[in-house]
Amino acid sequence: MQYMLLIYDDETLWARMTEAERGKLMAEYGTLTQELQKSGKMVHGAPLQPTSTATSVRLREGKTMTTHGPFAETREQLGGYYLVETRDLDEATAIAARIPSARLGTIEVRPVMKM
Amino acid sequence: MVSVVRDIELIYREDAGRVLATLIRLLRDFDLAEEVAQEAFGAALEQWPREGVPANPTAWLVGVGRRRAIDRMRRGALHARKVADLEAASDGEAYEPYDAVSGPLEDDRLRLIFTCCHPALPLEAQVALTLRTLCGLTTEAIAHAFLVAPAAMAQRLVRAKAKIRDAGIPYRVPDASLLPERLDAVLAVVYLVFTEGYGASSGDALVRRELCAEAVRLARLLAELVPGHAEAMGLLALLLLHDSRRDARVDASGDLVLLEDQDRARWDSEEIAEGLALVESALRASPRGRPGPYAVQAAIAAVHAQAPDAAMTDWPQIAALYDVLMQAAPSPVVALNRAVAVAMARGPGEGLALLDAADARHLAGYHLFHAARADLLRRLGRPAEALADYARARELAPNDAERRYLGKRIAELEAFAQRGSIAPST
Repeated sequence: MQYMLLIYDDETLWARMTEAERGKLMAEYGTLTQELQKSGKMVHGAPLQPTSTATSVRLREGKTMTTHGPFAETREQLGGYYLVETRDLDEATAIAARIPSARLGTIEVRPVMKM
Repeated sequence: MVSVVRDIELIYREDAGRVLATLIRLLRDFDLAEEVAQEAFGAALEQWPREGVPANPTAWLVGVGRRRAIDRMRRGALHARKVADLEAASDGEAYEPYDAVSGPLEDDRLRLIFTCCHPALPLEAQVALTLRTLCGLTTEAIAHAFLVAPAAMAQRLVRAKAKIRDAGIPYRVPDASLLPERLDAVLAVVYLVFTEGYGASSGDALVRRELCAEAVRLARLLAELVPGHAEAMGLLALLLLHDSRRDARVDASGDLVLLEDQDRARWDSEEIAEGLALVESALRASPRGRPGPYAVQAAIAAVHAQAPDAAMTDWPQIAALYDVLMQAAPSPVVALNRAVAVAMARGPGEGLALLDAADARHLAGYHLFHAARADLLRRLGRPAEALADYARARELAPNDAERRYLGKRIAELEAFAQRGSIAPST
C-alpha cells in the first residue's frame, strides 16, 4: 500500500536553529532517505520551501484568484513529504516515527487512494 | 444424533471465536467473515449428523467459510487476485491450530484483538469493535451499554471497519518492539469495558453484568494467549476480585453498598480464590520485582478479599501497597485512595493531611475527593465542614445512586448536628 507521510512542523523553530543544528537534522533526513531507497520502500520525497514562498490559487465562478501565502495560517506548516510503499499501516507509522520532524511536530500518515 | 448436535454446540461455544478470527484474517472483511462463519456452522449442523464430526472441526469450518466467501466474491466479481490468493491457501494452512508449532502468539484471536484495539482507531471505536467482534455482543447491546443510539453505534462500527480496510490496519500481532505498548493498549480497553459495566452510570443492570462478564472473558483470553505476562495476569486478577463482589455491591433498592458494609457471604469465593492465586503469579512474574499498576491494584483488592469482615482489614498493608502504586502509576486519584487508606491505618488526621497535600486542581471536580474529605472531617469531629464537603460531593456526583448515598450521609450528619446543637456552616 502507498502512504503519504506529510511532515508538519513549526517553521519558526527551524528559523531559530543554528547552522549546526539544522545541518544535524538534515543529515538525519539524508540517512533515513538512503535507507528507504535501499529497502525499496521509497517512492518519492522532498522538503518544501517555507510558506513564505507559497502561492495559493483558487478558481471561483470562472475567475482565477492568485494570492500570496499558504492555503491557511496554521501553527504548524507542511514542510515536506515522503511517499512510501509498505506492507501495512504499522510499517508506514514506523517510518513516520523515524522522521526527524516527528520530534518537533506531527507526521500525518495518509493512505493513497487506489485508482 | 443428539450427541452430534451437542458436540456442535460445544464446538460453537468454544471455537466460534477462533473460526471467526481466522476468517477475518483470511478475508480481510469483518462482515463477510461473520456471514460465512454462520453459514459454515449451518453446514455443520446439516452434514455432521450424517457424516460424523470431522477430525479437525475448526479447520473444516474455516474451509467451508473460505469457500463460501470465494463463491460470493466470484459472484460479486471482486478483485481477481483476492480470489486467487484465497483459493491458493489450503484449508490446512488457512487454519493454524492453537497448539501447533507456532504457539499461542499465532492464535488468530490474539491477532484480532490487536486489530480491534489498534491505536489508529478512536478509543470508543476500539471498545465497540472489540465487544462486537471478540465478544459477539449485538450492536444494540453495545449501544445500550454506552447510552448511545443504536444507529450511531452502528455508524461507529462501520467507520471503524472502513478505516481498517482503507488505512491498511494489519491483522497481526505487532512486532516485538511495539508489542509492550500495544499490549498495554489492549489491556486498557479491557479495563475500560469492565469499569463501564462496574460503574453505576451505564445502561441497565443486565447489560452492565454482561459487560463485566465479557471483560473477564477477554482478560482470561489475554492471560491465556500471552502466558507469563505479569500485567495480563494482574488485570485478570483485578477484574475477578472486583467482580466477586457484584452481588453484594447493590442493595434491593438499587443503592450502592459500601465495601465496609457489604455482606461478605455474598462475595463469589471461587472468583476470589482464582484472583488470589493470580495476584501471586502476577507479582512473581513482575520484572525485577517492580509490579505494574494492575498487579498492585489487584494486590490491594486481594487484601480486602482476605479480610473476613471489614474490621479485620489489613489497612497498613493496603496503605503500603498504595505507596507502591504511587510509584507505578501516580495520579491524583491514587493519591486520594492512598490518603483514605492511611486514614484507616493511622487515623483521620494523617489522612486529611495527605488529602490537603494532594493535587487539588485535578481533584476539585471529583465527587469522591469531597466525599472522602467529608468523611475524614466527620471522624475528626468537624461536622460543619464535613457537611460542606458532602454537599459539594453531591453536586458533583455522576449518577442517582451516588447522589442518594450522599444525601443519606448529609441527612445523618444534619440530624447529629442538630442533636448536638452544632450550627451548620451556612
